[in-house]
Amino acid sequence: MSDSAKMTMIQAINSAHDVLLENDERVCAFGEDAGYFGGVFGCTQGLQEKHGKSRVFDTPINEAAIVAMAIGMAANGMRPIAEIQFADYIFPGFDQIVSELSRLRFRTAGQFTAPLVLRTPCGGGIYGGQTHSMSPESFFTHIPGIKVAMPSNPYDAKGMLIAASESEDPVLMFEPKRLYNGPFDGDPHKPALSWSKHEKGEVPTGHYTVPLGKADIVRKGDALSVVAYGTMVHVALASARLAGIDAEIIDLRTLVPYDMETIAKSVNKTGRCVVLHEAPRTGGFGAELIAQIQEDCFYALEAPVKRVTGWDTPYPHAFEWQYFPGQERVTRAMIETLEA
Amino acid sequence: MTHAPSSNTLGFIVPEPAARPGDTPDFSSIGLKLDSPAPRPDPMCPASDTHTLANSLVRVLNDEHEAQGEWNPGLSAKDLRKGLHIMLKTRLYDVRMFKLQRQGKLSFYMKSMGEEAVAAAAGMALRYEDMLFPSYRQQGLLFARDRDMVDMICHCLSNQRDNLKGRQLPVHYTWKEGNFFSISGNLGTQFPQAVGWAMASAARGEDTVTASWIGDGTTAEGDFHGACTLASVYNAPVILNVVNNQWAISSFSGIAGGNNATFAAKAIGYGLPCLRVDGNDFLAVYAATGWAAERARAGHGATLIETVTYRADAHSTSDDPSRYRPKEEAAAWPLGDPIERLKNHLINLGEWDESRHEALTEALTKEVQANYKKAESYGTLREGPHAPVSSMFEDVYAEQPWHLRRQRQDLGV
Ligand SMILES: Cc1ncc(C[n+]2csc(CCOP(=O)(O)OP(=O)(O)O)c2C)c(N)n1
Ligand SMILES: [Mg+2]
Repeated sequence: MSDSAKMTMIQAINSAHDVLLENDERVCAFGEDAGYFGGVFGCTQGLQEKHGKSRVFDTPINEAAIVAMAIGMAANGMRPIAEIQFADYIFPGFDQIVSELSRLRFRTAGQFTAPLVLRTPCGGGIYGGQTHSMSPESFFTHIPGIKVAMPSNPYDAKGMLIAASESEDPVLMFEPKRLYNGPFDGDPHKPALSWSKHEKGEVPTGHYTVPLGKADIVRKGDALSVVAYGTMVHVALASARLAGIDAEIIDLRTLVPYDMETIAKSVNKTGRCVVLHEAPRTGGFGAELIAQIQEDCFYALEAPVKRVTGWDTPYPHAFEWQYFPGQERVTRAMIETLEA
Repeated sequence: MTHAPSSNTLGFIVPEPAARPGDTPDFSSIGLKLDSPAPRPDPMCPASDTHTLANSLVRVLNDEHEAQGEWNPGLSAKDLRKGLHIMLKTRLYDVRMFKLQRQGKLSFYMKSMGEEAVAAAAGMALRYEDMLFPSYRQQGLLFARDRDMVDMICHCLSNQRDNLKGRQLPVHYTWKEGNFFSISGNLGTQFPQAVGWAMASAARGEDTVTASWIGDGTTAEGDFHGACTLASVYNAPVILNVVNNQWAISSFSGIAGGNNATFAAKAIGYGLPCLRVDGNDFLAVYAATGWAAERARAGHGATLIETVTYRADAHSTSDDPSRYRPKEEAAAWPLGDPIERLKNHLINLGEWDESRHEALTEALTKEVQANYKKAESYGTLREGPHAPVSSMFEDVYAEQPWHLRRQRQDLGV
């Protein structure tokens, strides 16, 4: 039995790196400010000192080159974990992800592969304005050949990052930055909560994995199913609790490939479903989920499946809380779905 | 600085700055040749005639605070005092706004402390019609163009008078009337856009030039190289400025390749002319900008200018530089402080003195304070009033499509 400790999501991610670097000499970690400084959020803090400069290091500011360098290293036998400082800044690397990373295995008939991890903080709630708040996951879920994940707590973040690094496929892990230091239930007026009082803030210090592709039912219920990931998991939990709704809440954890079995089982049981994400609505990942839910669960459904999402606008600095799909909108959608 | 791999193993090298916290600051490796000032080639010369300047330094103000050499722009005392005024205003504004962020009035702020000459001098050397594509650290350009400070603060507060309707982070100004493009948070994007703007101006036969600024760290981005290629290929009337302030958040300029070649030297491969300038010398920046503008206006195309300076304070309000560089580094910076240097030059000329400087400092401090009070009366980020919430759904498209109208109604605004 390995020991465990209270960890924030940052500490858990840091610990995952540490375990991976310790266990596997092929692992290296890099990104803008990720070396000496340990990342602008501290996710790699202390690791350069511990594991050496050729294993944890700073990169020039060029996201395309960061992704491409990781591809080259991974194809040549390493297991890189690259940090993109903010998800909003991943786009210079988009071509390398879409045209190269995701297709390398396919187009070389498996001769070359690039098992690597890209990690990047996403989401709003920190007054970051339009360039530090995006949830761009659906640009990436549309790419065949990369796995896409978004943990919602320290325990999952560490276990999923280790699983991602040990996976033979490239994995893009979005980390909701609003959850880095504590769970956030969507109410900006409440004092910030700490992970130390949350059961998922108790994290094994050693090696373990949380498998990719497996959702987690974080609350059992019979009245309706709520499918969420990232920050919205906590918003859903608080909304259901405060409104006294018997909702079954599914933390999707992995978006590609997503755990349709768990979703279908729940929706077939409850007959009602709401899908949540912070990202804009049109073409968002919720659209994919709902399309699949209606295909697989149509005859069990008793109400239209609703989406609660960010609006189809850039993230506005001054209207953070009018943009963020908070408890009020989530609760309203749940009630409408129950009453439909 | 050389980084030889250890003799018995191959490996790759991760450059390190000469000094980390606890070390003595050391700038000996960055190749500042202060004793052999750069010559001034004719602005219409072939690009290759400037390429030796990639490794020297354009300087006007010497250590005795005298203006000397071929680059001396011969500014009047009035203009010198104006330059000092702009730089001092920028600094005091920055100091105040940074403090206000600490008090929770602003969500975020970025100072330009120690590099005020870069924007102030360029702003004065260019014509008002010349178009500006800055990064987030050239707020001095706005003061050089006399932008209303209350408007600037209203933007930083995202209040009802913010000309950007609360949509942008503080310091990400846009000011179309002042020929100042929109500052993006995404690094480097402005550089090739500036070339495009310049090409459109040239296509219409206008004799305006376009100027853009990018950080040393950001020269690593593809957009920097795209801009240089375009500017060279199309002979665009654009001034491409690399503000080498030695740091990109926590990574020193060596992580952007600055150990192996100067940033000015990058121009050589693109066949662009280059100037490497003492960025803390107001007169040198003024003269270099004037040289490049004259060249561009005469149809001889783009120039890459490296301004060598030092980011004397934190990257932003989210940063703590004591974690990655010696605290004493700013004070040890060999090119001094731009405000002190111009002030001492004016004093040398008998055109300024300590008591006038103190009076100006006091007057500007009061001006900033009064402007803040006035701006605050239009609202603050946390308390409002802001632009109407419904405005969030505007300007996404020229006309609001059905789905945005529906979303606005969903929000009940
Ligand atoms: C495309 C992109 N990548 C990363 C960032 C995060 N970031 C913001 S400022 C900065 C450092 C920039 O350094 P430099 O270009 O030297 O400019 P300086 O801040 O020194 O003025 C970084 C990495 C960003 N804003 N955009
Ligand atoms: Mg810099």
